[in-house]
Amino acid sequence: MQYSNKVMDHFTNPRNVGEIENASGVGTVGNAKCGDIMRVYLDIDDNGFIKDVKFKTFGCGAAVATSSMATELIKGKHIDEALKLTNRSVMEALDGLPAIKVHCSVLAEEAVRAALWDYSEKRGLKIDGLEKPVDDIHDSHHEDLHEDD
Amino acid sequence: MPDIIYLDNAATTRLRPEVLDAMMPYLTEKYANPSSIHSFGAECNAACEESRKTIAKMINAKDNEIYFTSGGSESDNWAIKSAAYMRKDKGKHIITSAIEHHAVMETCEFLARDGFEITFVGVDDKGILKLDELKAAIRPDTILISVIYANNEIGTIQPIKEMGEIARSKGILFHTDAVQAFGHVPIDVEKENIDLLSASAHKIHGPKGIGMLYMKNNIKLTPMIHGGPHERRRRAGTLNVPGIVGFGRAAELCRGSMEECAVELTKKRNYLIDRILKEIPHSRLNGDREKRLPGNANISFRYIEGESMLMLVDMKGIAASTGSACASGSLDPSHVLLAIGLPHEIAHGSLRMTLSDYTTKEELDYTVEALKEVVARLRAMSPLYEDAVKNKEV
Repeated sequence: MQYSNKVMDHFTNPRNVGEIENASGVGTVGNAKCGDIMRVYLDIDDNGFIKDVKFKTFGCGAAVATSSMATELIKGKHIDEALKLTNRSVMEALDGLPAIKVHCSVLAEEAVRAALWDYSEKRGLKIDGLEKPVDDIHDSHHEDLHEDD
Repeated sequence: MPDIIYLDNAATTRLRPEVLDAMMPYLTEKYANPSSIHSFGAECNAACEESRKTIAKMINAKDNEIYFTSGGSESDNWAIKSAAYMRKDKGKHIITSAIEHHAVMETCEFLARDGFEITFVGVDDKGILKLDELKAAIRPDTILISVIYANNEIGTIQPIKEMGEIARSKGILFHTDAVQAFGHVPIDVEKENIDLLSASAHKIHGPKGIGMLYMKNNIKLTPMIHGGPHERRRRAGTLNVPGIVGFGRAAELCRGSMEECAVELTKKRNYLIDRILKEIPHSRLNGDREKRLPGNANISFRYIEGESMLMLVDMKGIAASTGSACASGSLDPSHVLLAIGLPHEIAHGSLRMTLSDYTTKEELDYTVEALKEVVARLRAMSPLYEDAVKNKEV
């Protein structure tokens, strides 16, 4: 298993690590059983722009790198843009991931969406295309994610 | 300080220079086939037989009870599959442990798909097999018991003699995978009632690709590799002469100094364990403190994950290993760590450091300092640690 240089870069120098106090939205996904947990904090202004984003991750090199890249991709963007973030775009931005690590990129996408969901709940907003996050990503996606192993 | 601090000696070891010296002639000018009748071949054959003697002596076996193989995995496969198929008319039940190496575990799983029944006996929280469970698992159709001598992940040394007694009293074959134990702890196949034993050269500073199966004389396993008169017709294939010579020399060097080495290595290992447990909070030793391979330290660090720990210590020049799922290619952490009752989260945060005679105190000091830094760094970005702080658990 070989990580790309970009993955190694984001793992060794992760961007946006930390917490945001009184965040507009916080989302935590994954579980310790599977070995990855990601938490994303969003600071969103009145116009719906993501002013700041931070993350904390318990997980492998790919989990850290995908969290870091996902936060980079949505920082400064409008929430409508952030909603378009997919695991594929995170993977592409990292120049790919080993097949067994694809689930980490899904987790990063889910973490962002979970934080946006929390924001929408807090604000009483209805955001199109946003659903309540799944409690346990691995239970629901386990099978189809590992088809190509 | 060397470029690499090598703390992965359970994976493989460096070749001793003396071993390479012994092998060199057989990689160069002494290239004959030991099965050949000419004196050139006979010379190579004699060298192989010398190695066989040395290795046999080390476990109190007879020369003709040692069969050279390509390594531990082949020996495990041969012992278990041949024993199973030879005795299938007597029964199709095999007992093994929950903490076997994959070479045993997956061989048993293969047999399970072919109509055999496998019982995996559990271990206690230190990784020691529960003898009462073993006894209770025995049935009239049990044909084989296979239990690892010393575990490769947590280093726990099993009560092999007791298991051997139980097996023998019931007329059941007893195999042990001694790949990690051979050369590191004294083994006596007679006293310990062992019928079949797997060992490998590259775990004792010998070459890779050579191992052996000890097969007690009254047990005549069918070959797994057919094709010639080699190894008393039980394992075909031209002998790996340089490998065998290297294996013999490596074993000889162990035998001469095993007790001394074990004492020294245990001291170094305890030094490492004690410093880590004392200086890094929320760390725990996995496995038994006393009944443990001299070079094995396996420690879980709470709130962080093993692969990222491994990668960061690697960047500091330290080679170690982890039982985390992320390193294994599955979502589950090591079956050994789960078998000793660790929650998934703590099993994911394990780091195995395995020392050798070459490991220095200076290297261990550097390792502890590096670990402190890496653990603190990963905890600072761990949501689990954040929650623990908020809940005042730490």
